[in-house]
Amino acid sequence: MSRRRPHEEEDGYDRAYRKRRRVSENQEIEDRLESLILRVGEKSTSSLESNLEGLASVLEADLASFRSKILRILTDCAIKMPEKCTIYTTLVGLLNAKNYNFGGEFVEYMVRNLKDSLKACKWNAARYSLRFLADLVNCHVISAGSLLQLLDNMVDAAKEDGVPQVRKDWYVFAVLSTLPWVGRELYEKKEQSLEHLLVSIEVFLGKRSKKHHAALRVWALDTPHPQEEYLDCLWAQIRKLRQDNWAEKHIPRPYLAFDSILCEALQHNLPTILPPPHHDSYQYPMPHVVFRMFDYTDCPEGPILPGAHSIERFLIEEHLHQIIEMHHLERKDCAAHLLNFPYKSKIPLDYSIVEVIFAELFHMPSPRYLEIVYGSILIELCKLQPSTMPQVLAQATEILFIRIDTMNTACFDRFVNWFAYHLSNFQFRWSWEDWDSCLQLDPEHPRPKFVREVLLKALRLSYHQRIKEMMPEPFESLIPAKPEPKFKYAAEGAGSLPGTTHAHKLVVSIRAKCKPEEVLHVLKDLPNSRHDDDADSRFNPLKIDVFVQTLLNLGSKSFSHSFAAISKFHYVFKELADSEEAQICILRNMFELWNDHQQMMCVLIDKMLKTQIIECSAVANWIFSKEMSGEFTKLYLWEILHLTIRKMSKHVSRLGRELAEARERLRHAESDSDESEDGDGEGNNNSSKHGISGVGDDHEKPSEDMVDRMEERLEAAQADQKNLFLIIFQRFIMILSEHLVRCDTDGRDFNTHWYKWTIGRLQQVFLVHHEQVQKYSSTLETLLFTQDLDPHILEVFHQFTSLRA
Amino acid sequence: IGIEMPTFASPSVELSSYRDRRFKGSAGELQRLLRTSSTLYVGNLSFYTTEEQIYELFSKCGDFKNVIMGLDKIEKTPCGFCFVEYHSRSDAENAMRYINGTRLHDRIIRTDWDAGFVEGRQYGRGKTGGQVRDEYRTYFDEGRPRRDERYQR
Repeated sequence: MSRRRPHEEEDGYDRAYRKRRRVSENQEIEDRLESLILRVGEKSTSSLESNLEGLASVLEADLASFRSKILRILTDCAIKMPEKCTIYTTLVGLLNAKNYNFGGEFVEYMVRNLKDSLKACKWNAARYSLRFLADLVNCHVISAGSLLQLLDNMVDAAKEDGVPQVRKDWYVFAVLSTLPWVGRELYEKKEQSLEHLLVSIEVFLGKRSKKHHAALRVWALDTPHPQEEYLDCLWAQIRKLRQDNWAEKHIPRPYLAFDSILCEALQHNLPTILPPPHHDSYQYPMPHVVFRMFDYTDCPEGPILPGAHSIERFLIEEHLHQIIEMHHLERKDCAAHLLNFPYKSKIPLDYSIVEVIFAELFHMPSPRYLEIVYGSILIELCKLQPSTMPQVLAQATEILFIRIDTMNTACFDRFVNWFAYHLSNFQFRWSWEDWDSCLQLDPEHPRPKFVREVLLKALRLSYHQRIKEMMPEPFESLIPAKPEPKFKYAAEGAGSLPGTTHAHKLVVSIRAKCKPEEVLHVLKDLPNSRHDDDADSRFNPLKIDVFVQTLLNLGSKSFSHSFAAISKFHYVFKELADSEEAQICILRNMFELWNDHQQMMCVLIDKMLKTQIIECSAVANWIFSKEMSGEFTKLYLWEILHLTIRKMSKHVSRLGRELAEARERLRHAESDSDESEDGDGEGNNNSSKHGISGVGDDHEKPSEDMVDRMEERLEAAQADQKNLFLIIFQRFIMILSEHLVRCDTDGRDFNTHWYKWTIGRLQQVFLVHHEQVQKYSSTLETLLFTQDLDPHILEVFHQFTSLRA
Repeated sequence: IGIEMPTFASPSVELSSYRDRRFKGSAGELQRLLRTSSTLYVGNLSFYTTEEQIYELFSKCGDFKNVIMGLDKIEKTPCGFCFVEYHSRSDAENAMRYINGTRLHDRIIRTDWDAGFVEGRQYGRGKTGGQVRDEYRTYFDEGRPRRDERYQR
């Protein structure tokens, strides 16, 4: 499944749909044709066959005047509505029978589309084009022999040397996924060539590395359902199809009704098409693991869920994924279309839908769309099908909970987020008692941890009293603490603390709306426990303690209050904490005050990063510090790490974008004397703002000097980013190695809950941020992930590199 | 055009029929701002919905600059609406697509485009200080009790 969003693959053609309509007869006819073509196959009073026949006649008559428009519409439909492939191939077949030249032109057009898609790395478009061409063989538009030649050429890509495996994988996948459509025809007409093709594929599959498999699995174990590597699965499905003599029952084939007409038509031969040679800039789709959570035994009486290796399962799943891709921008439409699946009477549709949605939500390395997309579609499905969908979803939740011990950490997080969000839309109703056996387990075991983390998330969407009331008594130990600040300077025993008097003075000053300088004055005479030996002589832990805890406590009423406080006294923060050590001290004090309110800590750290009170590296080091080891396996801490990494990545991306834009404008300005396109909108002269497209002065042409400075800024940011990753990975290695060595010395099993969580977190950093981490792969390999490292840790790194190998 | 074709202009993201009558500028200007804004108005909140809950839900669509809670003009307490200022329009669009019409605090909340927060707009415009809609409401709403209802026992 490609991670690319569908609108990135459009060729801009449908922008033309929205251009202001020029009033002209021609335009009206074009629009009507467009509408007719788009709508064919929809519910109608006439049969599909008669609609196709009628449409073919209409189009034939209009070929003279509207040839190119018709060509473009048909090609677009082929790519944008792959589930209607056979409808449009039939239409093309009928047109070809009436007008051989048009058939030839269409094939040429489609071939060009395929080539362009391959060069532009538009993988889904390419695959749908290929499939369309294959199905045209069934409609007697293209000769079987020339198609086989094309498929052979595609599979030849799998024999290339020195290219990424993901390239070879994709070409084989593309070929295999056409066979359900055209396998039968090829078997009847060119059995030997087909066999030969399959043997080549088999040889390739036997040799390919599947190191990535472990990284992409949702569960570590293969019971009850194996999680197959996607190519292995499809190959098994194709083999079974072959065993059944390519008899495939799922795909509708309208062309069969027109056989007598179509077989009179003359076929075209495809020109030679070769895969464009690999280029380093090409990004191929990543491999994936086929997600299965149901089999036919899970479904009640009724239509049977097709087996894991049946080609029907592949076709249904692909179709459902396509529906999601098509309609994900409109959640209500998406749910309606899913429930309106054309072959819904043949399968337990609710189960298939739920499985496909969770497949996307749990997709590794990351889901295609925002997590909330899936959550909200599931809610719509429950609304549209209230008598069955909620039960299926509950059953799915139960299954996921039972198998949670072997679920990978990234998916665990998503499951937690999804469940809390889902419950918040249904009054948090759930039969928690059914899960009370989890209370007997070690609190670090995934099951009680899941409940605890769900309740923490649910708390953020509601309030503490609610959570307390909804949980049955035995679950008391899993209920989160009340999210309140713990201000030691107003608590019992405050009298014996060194900073109390100053804290109280500070409260008075701040409440009297003092200036930042006044704050420094109040703190002035607090003693410094540290010796003034090292670099940051300003670093006075006690001053930071009193200031941070007092200020944040004063702002404890809401996020806005805290943000206002931070903003007003930003100067004091900067004065007190320049070095990383001092910044970590800020974090420690924030933690001391707010450790019962995880959400507050997340937003405070986000704000302090944004206002540059703390650096990303400080956050990373703080997370791995000894003081935080008690929090180490809690979800919120990793939320903080990931938001920190993301901030850094966004910063680097933005600088990169601005630099590219500036270079482009410079090039324009230098290349000719004509004015380049004016920038629109106001010039934004503060490029460090979080703008939609942070751009330098639009009205001025950038100078060489400016571009140089931007380059420097980008390089500095990239150095910071690299440093951040190095810190994080190094700390992981240290903490994991320590554990492994200690267990070895003590003769204990290393595979504790802590170990599983931690190695899962390491994996998660690689996978969630793989695009960014990739840039520094070789540095990581040279400096950190060296051969002498413990194999368990090294394995995680190798799985990551195998993703794009 | 058939609904199968994915288009950019999807219904969830379109402007509603509401226009702020106190907007200082032409209707065309208002329209333009609404079409480019990355600020959302969020309505039908419970009076007890907190900034924290808004943060948690709306961050699922992206990072935002600010949340401004709507306040009763007289009491300065939450009166059931707020503004969420996203950094980017596309994040705000996602909130329109996936959060509008779902529940927060058990209530179906509504999101709509806003021309941009201006000081003063955080206050209810009803005569009694809250939102106008609460003054015309004839049924009892537990999450949005009127002042007289709050003292009812």
